Parts: sequence; C-alpha cells; structure tokens
Amino acid sequence: MKRVRHTASGILVPLAAIAFWQLLSSMGWVNATILPSPMRVLIKWWAYLRPLEVFDPAQGSYLKWCLSGELPQDAMGSLYRVLVGFFIGGGLALPLGLAMGYSRLVYGLFNPLIQVLRPIPPIAYIPLSILWFGLGNPPAVFLISIGAFFPVLMNTVAGVQNVDSIYLRVGRNLGASRFTQFTRIILPAATPYIFTGARIGMGTAFIVVIVSEMIAVNNGLGYRILEAREYLWSDKIIAGMFTIGLLGLGIDTVMSRLSSYLLKWHRGLEQG
Amino acid sequence: MTGTANHISVQGVHKIFQSGDQDIHALRAIDLEITHGEFVCLLGPSGCGKSTLLNAVAGFSLPSSGTITVDGAAITEPGPDRGMVFQEYALFPWMTVEQNIAFGLQIKGAAKGTILAKVDELLALLNLREFRRRYPKDLSGGMRQRVAIARVLAIDSPIMLMDEPFGALDALTRRNLQDELLRLWTELGKTILFVTHSIEEALYLADRTVVMTYRPGTIKRELTIDLPRPRDVASPPFNLLKKELSELLMEEQDRHVQDEFRGVAVN
Repeated sequence: MKRVRHTASGILVPLAAIAFWQLLSSMGWVNATILPSPMRVLIKWWAYLRPLEVFDPAQGSYLKWCLSGELPQDAMGSLYRVLVGFFIGGGLALPLGLAMGYSRLVYGLFNPLIQVLRPIPPIAYIPLSILWFGLGNPPAVFLISIGAFFPVLMNTVAGVQNVDSIYLRVGRNLGASRFTQFTRIILPAATPYIFTGARIGMGTAFIVVIVSEMIAVNNGLGYRILEAREYLWSDKIIAGMFTIGLLGLGIDTVMSRLSSYLLKWHRGLEQG
Repeated sequence: MTGTANHISVQGVHKIFQSGDQDIHALRAIDLEITHGEFVCLLGPSGCGKSTLLNAVAGFSLPSSGTITVDGAAITEPGPDRGMVFQEYALFPWMTVEQNIAFGLQIKGAAKGTILAKVDELLALLNLREFRRRYPKDLSGGMRQRVAIARVLAIDSPIMLMDEPFGALDALTRRNLQDELLRLWTELGKTILFVTHSIEEALYLADRTVVMTYRPGTIKRELTIDLPRPRDVASPPFNLLKKELSELLMEEQDRHVQDEFRGVAVN
C-alpha cells in the first residue's frame, strides 16, 4: 500500500507537467513549431522507433527487424560509442590510478600533468580530435575516452590512498607479501571509490557522446536531434531528447545495480 | 626454542616519538620477561605507552633503542608468529567470516582441504558456525571480535597480542568474551600479552599484571595474581587487589589529567 502510494505520488508531477504542456498547445498559446503538443511528440516518437520495412524473414531475424528503425539504430550507435570510449578511457585510468595511489613516486611523476589536463572539458578537445582523427567514430570515441578517463582516475587514486592503514597492518601481521597486500587488501578496499568513479565516468561519457555526435558523426541520437532542427521538426527533437534521457537513466540504473551487487559487503553504499 | 625459559624478552627498550618540535618519551627503560603460556596484562591510563610497547613487540613500530626477542631471535618486522587482535576488530569487510578466518592460511599457502578443516574447527570453537557466510557489517561487536580472534588462531601463532580487544564492547558481552578467551588460552596454551585500561579486566584475566606510568612510560609495578580461576570479582581478595591497583593507577591518571589541562599534546 505504501509502495503504491509512493509510486502514485512519483507520477503526479510528470502527469501535471504533461497536462500543462498539452494545455499550452491545445489553447494555441504557443506556436506548434516551437513547442509541439505531447501527442504529436508521441506520434513522431513512434514513427522514429518503428521499422521502416515490412517484416521479411529472408532479411534476417525478427529481433533484427524490430531494431531496424531509425531510433534503435541511433541508440545502438550512441551506446556503442559510449561503451568503447568508456572502456578505453576507464581501462587506461584504472591501472594508472592504482599505480598513482600506491606509489608516491608515480604520483609525483604524473600528478602535475594530470592536474593541468583535468580541468580541460572534453568538449575543448573537439577541434584537435577532428584534426587528428577526421570524422566518424574515432574522434567521438577519443572524446568519450577523455570524458571517462579523469573521473575513474581521480577516484581510483583516492580509493587506494584512503585504504584504512589498519587493514594493511593486519595483512603484515598475518605475513602477507606486498603482492598479496595489493591484490587481496588494497584493491578490494578501494573498489567502492573505483565504482563511484566508473559511474561518474559513464555519466560524463554519455554527455560527451551526444556532443561529439553533433559535430563529428553522421548518426546517433545527438546527430539526429541536430538534423531534426534543420527541418524544424521540433517534435522529433523532443522525442530524441527523451530517448537520450531514458537511455542515460537506463545506463545509470545498470551501473548502480551492478555496484550494489558487487559491493554487498559495503556498509555505507550510496543508493542510486 | 632456545634453552631459556623466557619466551618474550624486552630489554632496555626506549621509544621516542617526534611530535612537532618536541620529543615525546613514550617508553623508558622497559625490561619485561614473559614465559611460555603466560597471560600478561599491560595496565595503565591513556598515554602510558602500553599500546606502544605492544606495537613494538608486534613489530609495527620498532624501539628507538633496546631489544625485544622472541625465543632468542630479535624482532625486526611483524610476523604471523605474533598474531594481533585489535580493538577496532579490523576484519576485512569485503570478506565473509570464513574468508576472513582463512586469509592467514591462504597467505601461508596451506592446502585447500587443510584450510577448510581448520576454518570448520575454529567456527565450532568460537560458536560462529551459523555466521560463516555473513559479512562483518552484519555482525555485532562481540561476534566481530570472535572472528578476529579466530583469524589469529587460524595461523597458529604461539603468541597472541591483544590491544584493548574488548574495550568497545558492552559489559556483558565483554565478560562473556573474557571467559571465552580464558577457555581458549587454557585449551591452546598460547602466550598472551593483553593491553587494557580496565583494572577489573586485568585482575580477572592475567597471571601477571604490569602497571605502567604515565609519560614517560615505565614499569611502575609488576603484580602476580595468584587467585584461582574462575575468579570471583566480588570476593574480598579480588577487591583488595583492585583497591591496590586502583591507587597505583590513579596517581598516573592524575598526571595524565594535569597534562591535559595544561594543553600538552597527550596523544
């Protein structure tokens, strides 16, 4: 009962917002080109989502057909770039972060450079990325990697540096080698930080993918909403924006579920 | 084992810490001999260096001068021959109870079957069987400290170093674990060096209590406790000893308090 009421109250404000939006359109208070009605957005959304061809078994599986519409193709393109960029950026940041957190020497060597590069927003790399990689996926993946790199790096460094020294004392007391100390104590103790970094990095990657598609790529959700503007299809722009929002929410939910599962031992886990 | 009856031997140990621009003489000229199977309590107020001495025996922080030997060999680093139990339990939160207990044996490279058998044995010995797959965050303080004790017992160290292990527990759990510890000590024949600031705890547990002075930490008095176990905390001889220790300790506590009021860094 409480749960039902909770869900109901959560739906109240969005419903009111949509009703107000519909009212604006129905009463003709705003130009439909500037703000189309919710109904028109919904219709466009469906047109954007559904397959363009009739189902033909000779062309491939049913699932493939279902995903053959423009929106699923765009979403998969964006998702692909996010994942590749995230794994490259995060994959480089993780070992460097572990080394910087563990060794004062490595920290001293790399930190000045990192501190200078870190405040540069990934978007500022756009001109260089196009110069270096041309157009298409490579510059986009490059930008997304940069976006994912720093949050994972900074959190990994902090995670290793903040390992409670008492765990290391226990390890030494039990006779653990330096290698065992690292793999069995430092690494697991730092995982809550690392996961937080990964989640932030994923969020940044998702922002950067939309921006990079507006500039360097010819498909994807970011490209599509910019393209729609050229035709003054504001209904498609809004449908695309909601798709971006829902996809982002989906990714964040998966990340947070995954980290809750892997960190079930952890006491003060953030609830996402 | 060398021929001497003394197991742990502390000789002429000094420890000086730098705190800002002043030197703090935490330990001064400590001599202490502990024999095999003895239960010794280090008793004193905060800042008397009892934990410093324990950490020196553990090898975490070596003395500034003087020597500490175990069976004739000088201590240079921490090692599994001197298992330590901490007040804050220090269980690895990412490991379950059984993984925590098994950790020391895995480090030693023991065979899987051996580890499993030992873990089963310790879970039974410490009444932890139903908790084997729990994580530390789901255990009470008393249960956590049982696991910490089991973790040290797993590596079969002949010496157990205990740093106010029951200090954070409520009185009943504390008494319960004290009895448990005495049972284990009798069964397993460990040598125990136990730090506490509780007079009653020292009198209840120890064969011998070493009272330390407040800064610089020296040994004020060594007191052999001859009362038969289990000891009755309400008995007249127990209370007589309690009174005696209490007077010794209060002198040191007064000096500690005066230092605090004068704004001297006490920790």
